[in-house]
Formats: sequence, C-alpha cells, structure tokens
Amino acid sequence: MSPSREVAVVSVAQTPQRRAATELSEVEMIQPAIYQALDQIGATIADIGFTVSGSSDYLAGQAFSFVMTLDAVGAWPPIKESHVEMDGAWALYEAWLKIQAGHADTALIYSYSKASPGDLPRVLSRQLDPYYYGPLWPDSIAMAGLQARAMIDAGLITEADMAEIAQRNRDAALSNPFAQIQGSASVDELLSQPMMSDPLRRHDCPPITDGGVAMVIAAGDTARKWSDRPAWIRGIDHRVDSHNFGARDLTRAPSIAIAAEKAGVSAGKVDVAELHAPFTHQELIVRTELGLADDVLVNPSGGSLAANPMMAAGLLRIAEVANRISAGTADRGVAHATSGHLLQQNLVCVLEGE
Amino acid sequence: MSDDRSISEFPEGLWTQPAVTTPDLTAEPVQRIRDLASMRYDYTPGLTQTRFLRGLEQKKIIGERAEGSTDVYVSHRGIDPVTGIPTVEQVEVGPHATITAFCVVHIGFGVNAPPTPFVSALFLADGAAVSLYGTVGEIPHDQVRIGMRVEPVWVDDSELTTSMENIKYWRPIDEPDVPAEQLKGHM
Repeated sequence: MSPSREVAVVSVAQTPQRRAATELSEVEMIQPAIYQALDQIGATIADIGFTVSGSSDYLAGQAFSFVMTLDAVGAWPPIKESHVEMDGAWALYEAWLKIQAGHADTALIYSYSKASPGDLPRVLSRQLDPYYYGPLWPDSIAMAGLQARAMIDAGLITEADMAEIAQRNRDAALSNPFAQIQGSASVDELLSQPMMSDPLRRHDCPPITDGGVAMVIAAGDTARKWSDRPAWIRGIDHRVDSHNFGARDLTRAPSIAIAAEKAGVSAGKVDVAELHAPFTHQELIVRTELGLADDVLVNPSGGSLAANPMMAAGLLRIAEVANRISAGTADRGVAHATSGHLLQQNLVCVLEGE
Repeated sequence: MSDDRSISEFPEGLWTQPAVTTPDLTAEPVQRIRDLASMRYDYTPGLTQTRFLRGLEQKKIIGERAEGSTDVYVSHRGIDPVTGIPTVEQVEVGPHATITAFCVVHIGFGVNAPPTPFVSALFLADGAAVSLYGTVGEIPHDQVRIGMRVEPVWVDDSELTTSMENIKYWRPIDEPDVPAEQLKGHM
C-alpha cells in the first residue's frame, strides 16, 4: 500500500540483546529504550499521538504482561494506546495506518520479549493450529528443519551454503554493539558441529534472546523537525501464507513477493536490506521472494541470526535500515519482518532518505 | 552460548494425570486420547520486586519513588507509571493502613481461601500512593468500612518467606476512620 501522508522513522533505540536478562522484569528491561527513543529527539509522551506495542504473554508466561510494561510509557494523562500479539513491525503498521487515517501525527512503537523464562521452541509450538499441528507439539527447530530439508532436496541450497549465511551474519554483527552473537567460526568448523534437528546445526538457528526496541515515527514537518534526515516509509505491506504447512510449498513464501510488490521494493535501487530470517535457509527464501539484486548489502547488523528477540526482531530490522538512512550511509533500503513458523506471515517496508 | 538450555525437555513433577485406559482397538474405535500439555517457566521478579519481596521477609513493606516525585508505589515494578521514570528511592511504608475499597465474598475459590463470607479489600499503607490487596479479619464482614484503619497480621516468624502471603490478613486498630475525601486519588 502506498502512503497518502508522508511518514518517517525519526528515532530508534534498542536494549542490549542478551541471552537472558534474568535480573530485570520486562518493564525494567524495555524502559531505557522507550525513554531513549523519546529523549534523543527532545520529545515526551505528551508529544505522541498514538502508542502501540508488540509482545506475547506466552513468552513471559504471565497473563496481561503487556499491560504492566505500559508503566514505562508514562500513561498519565490517559494516552491513545494499542497492542498487537505480533512482532513490533505489525505494531508499526497499525501506527502507520493511524497516521494515514489522520487520527495521529506521531506515534511511539515498542516491542520486546523475555524468552528466557520458558522453553522457547516448545512455547512457539503453541502458535500452531490447535487441532492438527498443535497437539503434536512440534518445536520451532524441528519445524524449520522440515523446511530446510525441503530446500536441500529441491537443490536450492546446501548445508555449506547455510553455514556461509550463518558466518556472514555473525561476522557482520562484530560492528553491532547490541548483538548477542558477534563473530563466527569458519564454515568448515561450523559444518563439523553436530546436528540439532537434521539438517539444522546450532549456527542455522537463531539465538534465544531477551531484549526489545523502541521507535518514534512522525508525519511531514514534525518528522523534519525531529530528524535531520528522516527515514521516510515509502511503502509498507503485510501478507500471510497458509497456516496449513502441508498445503504449502515450504521452499517458497509467496506472501513475501506480494508484500514486496505492494510496498514497491523494485521501484528503485536498494542499498541495504535487513531480512528477518531466523534460520539460515530462510534468508535465501526471503531475498529470492523480495527479488533483491546480488549487490544489495544484506543484514549489516547481523540480522536475527546474531540476535533474535521474539516480537522485536522484525521491528529491529526496520530500525536498522532507518538508522543507516538517517546516518546517510544508505539512501534507500528494504526491511522485512516475519511472524509465525516457516515465514508464514510477512511484512515488507521500503524506507528512503531525501 | 554454553549456558543455552537444552532444546526441549518434558517437565517432570509439575503435572499429575489419572491413569490412562487403553480401549481395545478392535472392539471400539479410539475417540479420545489423553496427552500431557504443560509448559514450564522459571519466573524472576526483577530488581525492584525482589527488593519488595525481601522486605516482606523482614515484615517490612518497602515502596519506591522516582526522583522528584512524592508518590510512593507499592508493590512497584521499578517505573513510576505516571511519568515513565525509574523509581530509585526505597521508602518503607505502613505497617498501619486505611481501607480504600472492599468486597464481601460469598463464593471462595482456591486452596487458601478463607471461610465465606469474608472481606477482600484494598489497603492504603501509610505513606503509600497506591493500595495493596488482602483480606480483612477479626471483625464481622458487615462492620467493614471504607476509611477504616487497619494493621497487618503476619505469619509466625518461622514461616516468613519472600511472599505476600506473609500477611495473613489485616485487622482493625483503634483509630478514627479516615474521611473519604482524604483518600481521593488513592481509591
């Protein structure tokens, strides 16, 4: 969908992405990022027209945990607020719609999770339909293993290709001070490691991460006031593939191609792309469906193979592209976010400087 | 990554199940199966709630307040919910308190529910900006009032843990009621 109002990302902040923020409650963990996202543009919550968060109570193991983290916003006098049980990229989409509809000119978006309290791959099995897949409790690693096997069998990728993807992402994360995994062993060493869920080795899987990200977006002149170089959202679209994995070609994600077309990915040169591909083989699917040229810089942050805070890793991709545009190191970039198993739900966002 | 947990582990000892009977497959079609469905979480309360719970272990009610604020929050989550700023100062409140709201309960549930009817209520500890939840004891339920002054009744010292259950209930003390107007903003 193309925008009728100009809206830009003007401020982003993230927490350190860590294996376990054991000593912190969720609100203690995310508050510094929310505060920083507002403070670095000289704004307070009073300047924000709409606030929306993305998180999941299943990860915390605590009902209504997202209501508690509202403490970090400072919600008095009362604010207009919403929540999605989705990655924060979808919270951004809701905020963007609010602004397009003229119901707000500015928005604060934040998303976070502490995945460490539970057994994450098992918790994620609760996303599956409750009749056919859910009762089997297939964990997220086993599910991704089926997809990787389908790709290898189809001749699309090899285990060595997958190890190279892991190595490139983890090495890129050396320049990302927030990343959880920085630097990689050689491809040969990675391939000598045992299987976790054949054909996936540990490096093919995302780390389990506690962390979050906060973002401020604004329309028109407010964006220009708050940022010297706003990262304008030129297109944003989200699509979904079937939840019935048996009815899908697992080597493809047509919803990404549709979202990319609607968001206008091919309308200009892409300098940088941040792809939310939690498993190595998924990066190939995402970049193929997006139609990215070979010279596009992919995941300079290390992507979700270097840090994968559930509910935040997708919004983080958009934040990373926005950062590069605002810093002037890129003019036009593409960010992708996913939710659910096996790239089921996908969002594509095109950002550009002026 | 050495501290990574193993990928999937069936929790043991959390769940008990009745014995499963296996129908004779040739005589009767399987219409229902019984399967374990549980998830185990290792919950940690965070820095500020830890301070609150450690205080309860010493029969102290510890609140917190943000710099520049007069409002002491208890039990707190580390952030002043009005301003979004971290609470940095610990303040002991109570133990005396005022009832700000109550409910006469006729249907109890849970293993620790007192005999019905009983009164559950919100207690504004002296010095605090928000109320704590608990039950009222040592007074007939039809004599409980908003504004009534109370104190906590603690479990025996040998039973103190890092739990709100250290307070068995709250009982009236011999002080005049607080007028409702003074509770404005705390109800």
